[in-house]
Amino acid sequence: MEIVKPLTQYLAALLLAPLLPGIINRVKAFFAGRRGQPVLQLYYDLYKLLQKAPVYSRTTTWVFRAGPVIGLAAILTSLAVLPFAGRPSFLAFDGDFIFLLYLLGLARFATVLAALDTGSAFEGMGASREMQFAVFAEPAFFLGLAALARVTGQTSLAGMFGVLTGDLWRTAAPVLALLTASFFIVLLAENSRVPADDPNTHLELTMIHEVMVLDHSGPELAYILYGAALKLWFFGALIACMVLPRHSGSWAGDTGLFLLAMAGVAAAVGVVESVIARLRLIKVPYMLITAFAFSTLALIFQMGR
Amino acid sequence: MLLVLLSIILLLASSALALFFSREPSRAQDAGAYGAVAASALGLWAAVRTLAAGSAETLSLPWSVPLGSLSFCLDPLSALFLVPVFLLTGLAAVYGVGYLRSYAGSKPLGLAWAAFNTLTAAMVLVFTAANAVLFLLGWELMAAASFLLVLFEHDKAQSRKAGFIYLAAGGAGALLLMAAFALLGAGSPLLDFASFRTPSGTAASAIFLLALGGFGLKAGFIPLHVWLPEAHPAAPSHVSAVMSGVMIKTGIYGLIRVLVFLGPWQEWWGWTLLAAGCVSCVLGALFALAQHELKRVLAYSSIENIGIILAAVGLGMVGAAHNADRLAALAFAGALLHVFNHSLFKGLLFMGAGAVLHGAGTAELDALGGLAKKMPRTALLFIAGAASACALPPFNGFAGEFLVYLGAFKGISSYPAVALAGVLAGLSLAVAGALAAAAFARAAGAAFLGEPRTERAAAAHPPDGLMLFSMYALGALCLAVCAAAPLLLVPLVSAVGAGFGGGFGAAAALEVPGPLVYISAGALLLAAVAAIAAVKRRSMFPAARTADVPTWDCGYAAPTARMQYGASSFAQPLTDFFQPVLRKLGQYPVIAEYFPGKASFSTEAQAVVYNAVYAPAAARIRDLAYRFSWLQHGRLQIYIMYIVVTLLGLLLWKL
Amino acid sequence: MHTFAELIIVFVILLDLALAVTGSLSSCIRLVAVQGVVAGILPLLAGSGTPHARTAAFAAFIILLKGVVFPWLLTRARDRSGARKDVEPLITYPASIMLCLGAFIASSWLGSRLPLPETNVAWIVPASLATIFTGFLLITTRSKAITQVLGYLVIENGIYIFGLALFVEQPLMVELAILLDVFVAVFVMGIAIFHISREFDHIDTAELSELSDWRRGEYGK
Repeated sequence: MEIVKPLTQYLAALLLAPLLPGIINRVKAFFAGRRGQPVLQLYYDLYKLLQKAPVYSRTTTWVFRAGPVIGLAAILTSLAVLPFAGRPSFLAFDGDFIFLLYLLGLARFATVLAALDTGSAFEGMGASREMQFAVFAEPAFFLGLAALARVTGQTSLAGMFGVLTGDLWRTAAPVLALLTASFFIVLLAENSRVPADDPNTHLELTMIHEVMVLDHSGPELAYILYGAALKLWFFGALIACMVLPRHSGSWAGDTGLFLLAMAGVAAAVGVVESVIARLRLIKVPYMLITAFAFSTLALIFQMGR
Repeated sequence: MLLVLLSIILLLASSALALFFSREPSRAQDAGAYGAVAASALGLWAAVRTLAAGSAETLSLPWSVPLGSLSFCLDPLSALFLVPVFLLTGLAAVYGVGYLRSYAGSKPLGLAWAAFNTLTAAMVLVFTAANAVLFLLGWELMAAASFLLVLFEHDKAQSRKAGFIYLAAGGAGALLLMAAFALLGAGSPLLDFASFRTPSGTAASAIFLLALGGFGLKAGFIPLHVWLPEAHPAAPSHVSAVMSGVMIKTGIYGLIRVLVFLGPWQEWWGWTLLAAGCVSCVLGALFALAQHELKRVLAYSSIENIGIILAAVGLGMVGAAHNADRLAALAFAGALLHVFNHSLFKGLLFMGAGAVLHGAGTAELDALGGLAKKMPRTALLFIAGAASACALPPFNGFAGEFLVYLGAFKGISSYPAVALAGVLAGLSLAVAGALAAAAFARAAGAAFLGEPRTERAAAAHPPDGLMLFSMYALGALCLAVCAAAPLLLVPLVSAVGAGFGGGFGAAAALEVPGPLVYISAGALLLAAVAAIAAVKRRSMFPAARTADVPTWDCGYAAPTARMQYGASSFAQPLTDFFQPVLRKLGQYPVIAEYFPGKASFSTEAQAVVYNAVYAPAAARIRDLAYRFSWLQHGRLQIYIMYIVVTLLGLLLWKL
Repeated sequence: MHTFAELIIVFVILLDLALAVTGSLSSCIRLVAVQGVVAGILPLLAGSGTPHARTAAFAAFIILLKGVVFPWLLTRARDRSGARKDVEPLITYPASIMLCLGAFIASSWLGSRLPLPETNVAWIVPASLATIFTGFLLITTRSKAITQVLGYLVIENGIYIFGLALFVEQPLMVELAILLDVFVAVFVMGIAIFHISREFDHIDTAELSELSDWRRGEYGK
């Protein structure tokens, strides 16, 4: 019986993740006064891509083909560790967030190598930027988790989110608010959203993540797009767990609220994308340093309490 | 213990034999390599047995040297350091046979093998000596043998410079160590480790600083690292693998041993180690990112990993000072595990770099590219090693760092001082990890992926079977260590107990099993998911079209290999951001016209610390020395007069 | 109520960070004004029980002065000077933010060391010290005269919050005296900037060094 709930949670994450980009796009369309693409657009895209035969450049090697597979596998594994609605998943252990951090690193490493394998200047550019931003995002994310560990006194994600209740928000609101802000900035940067990156831009020169996967096609592109949706789910779930400290005790109630919060996070991303202009590339590290500053402040606050 | 002694004797004998055959390269190769492999097998058996048993063996032989004794001790800590020594030197010897073949006739292979086996014997001696004189003997022998290997290509000016810096660093380190051991052994006639008495507070601090300097010069943490990025790339690649993989660990080993002799630790020692470790791991990774030569990238990455180990030891000591034994046990176990892991993946990476050097004739990143098509297996193994070095699961680098992180997080929810140490250690590891990932993605990408940038790279040939065998063995070990992490529990716990004290061993027995199980569970889960994803992908289009099309370069019709993102451009955003630290030199083209003509661009990574600190200091000392040049006449009579005058002076002073 | 006060303290520190990194002069003025208003609200929350009528009146005065009068004066000075609209920092954004964070770490350490009476709200002392430091940062690392005035105002905000920690009940007298000084300072600076800019066409303090004696010889030629 105990395996059923984690399994349901995991499957729900796998099935619902492609909804998030759909929600973001609809919110953006609403702000722009357009009708927008269907919410289920990514599902259609994935289905279509899986039917298509891939084309490989003669420059590429096995590295190019392995990239999307390893990237997706890493994200799938990380979702098996990530708590769902504040409840543990299949695997929950002390320091599991370190494992998650490095799984994301593995996905990035595989994607970057696959991009470099094409020998294209544009993809190299994207790869270089991806690695650059990771150098600023990872410390911010790490310090945020450290502060969260100190606030909750726990060393596993499920433990942290299990302890994170309304009472804690009442006593440590400033710290938790700072952390949520920091995680949100990291979400925007890691998932290549405005203002760090623009998934819809026309100019390859200014892209980061999208330009790295220009040469992928067919099922490999489907893997990449699906992996990106899952990654958005990953960060969204972290924030949803942060801002939704209520544990009603009923699994169905918690899950429902959690899904609503996920939709809310996606909508928030859409709003941010609509009201903020994209930063100049040179300023993206500044944004991530701001997230780092938020995490540091939260940690100092918590240490001095 | 006898087996280890036997392996030392075997190594020394085979090096004599190799020297004897120095006129016949192939026989010299055989003598050296068979000796090294046989000695490795013997020693490995002994070391593994000690680790499994978890007990120490000692051996004392009569020796009539004043102040010394032939005392050996093989305890789990020694054994934990010896396992990678034997593993890596054995595999490096196999690799070396293939690697050195092309040098037959042009270089003295007999001498190279003699030095290599002597180096191994000296390292084994260092790790098993239980007497200060014996230890220093091994230490100096190690420095001398590796010096010869650094000068293997002495016709290159860069190698000669590297050799000189290496010699100077080794000499300075040995002097500091002699002073440290003299202070430690005050009052024990034979300078046996077992007879050392715990020194008092100030003396202990002085010994700590001396040992930190002496062992630090060998371990190569910043700012004592200046010799490392020069010497490691200069040596033949299988020797670089051994130097980076295990030889620099003698510094860590010595430091741990001395710490135990010093009795109750003072908190600031821990902070010193932590600070040095944090600085080394972040700057090491950053400097690695800026290098243009593959082996230099790896050398700086060794500095980063030494930093990680040192930071873990420091974190543990700070924790121990606040009675956080469990934190300390985790940190110490992580440090020791990383010692082991680093030797595996760094050995693999240096061998991969050697294969590149061997196949393409150069290891300059901007002259390579596209090697994955010419040497696909080397590419696979190098990328696996790179992933290990970035601590990415499911490779072994992750296992040790995970334990350190866990210790750091234990600290973060503890007292403010311990929390600060935890945050510093964890944050440095995170930053260094991200920088190392950038550095290795850059190195692997520039060397193996894309299109070849030069004709040499286009004409590269794959390494031979012996070289590949060694790399495959190390690559398999890198995967196996993470997947089979729980098997390492007993060795780790007993080594922590032997190295840092029984209390920490007991704490480690409580704290370490869980994480090791989860590391392997996570790695296996990841491997399973990846296998499913790969099989699923394969089932969709089993015979995918590999049409003969070029890369879609955003519509550009005639891309050339020179348009690719190279090593310099890949790192540029980060190196520009960290320019105040890196101080790279460069010439940038200025575009002033609407139709600019030819332009050139160059960047050069500086040896920042060497140029800013050591070179001016050395110049100062040289100037000072010139003032006394009037003492130097080059006439024997006057020198003898100096000696007589000194003797008389001493005599008068004692009267 | 105190969680709310803590949130305000966090807000003050975030405003410090924002001040350290903002690029536009007008948003700098606005941020200083917001910080002044927020600091003005604090005494109403920090004390125990309902605030005294005198405290409330004083807070209203402060808010009016810092939130309306000063920004108006400064905006006027900026508009009339016709200077460029950005702050022209002498150091980069990451350096500024790291200095600011460092200041906060140092002041939280200092705050735990200073022999001060217990305050009801956590972080008042570190926040005030950090604010004072941010003021110094603005003064020392920005090239325009108007940012120097802004820096003084930020320092004043910091001192005000510090005073709150010392005299929870009656910060009035000390504060009033400082405020008067600052008011005069802003007034004089406003006029001064206006006149300097008329003379020199810009208000870059680096250029003011041309007025010093030793360089006059060069310019006399």
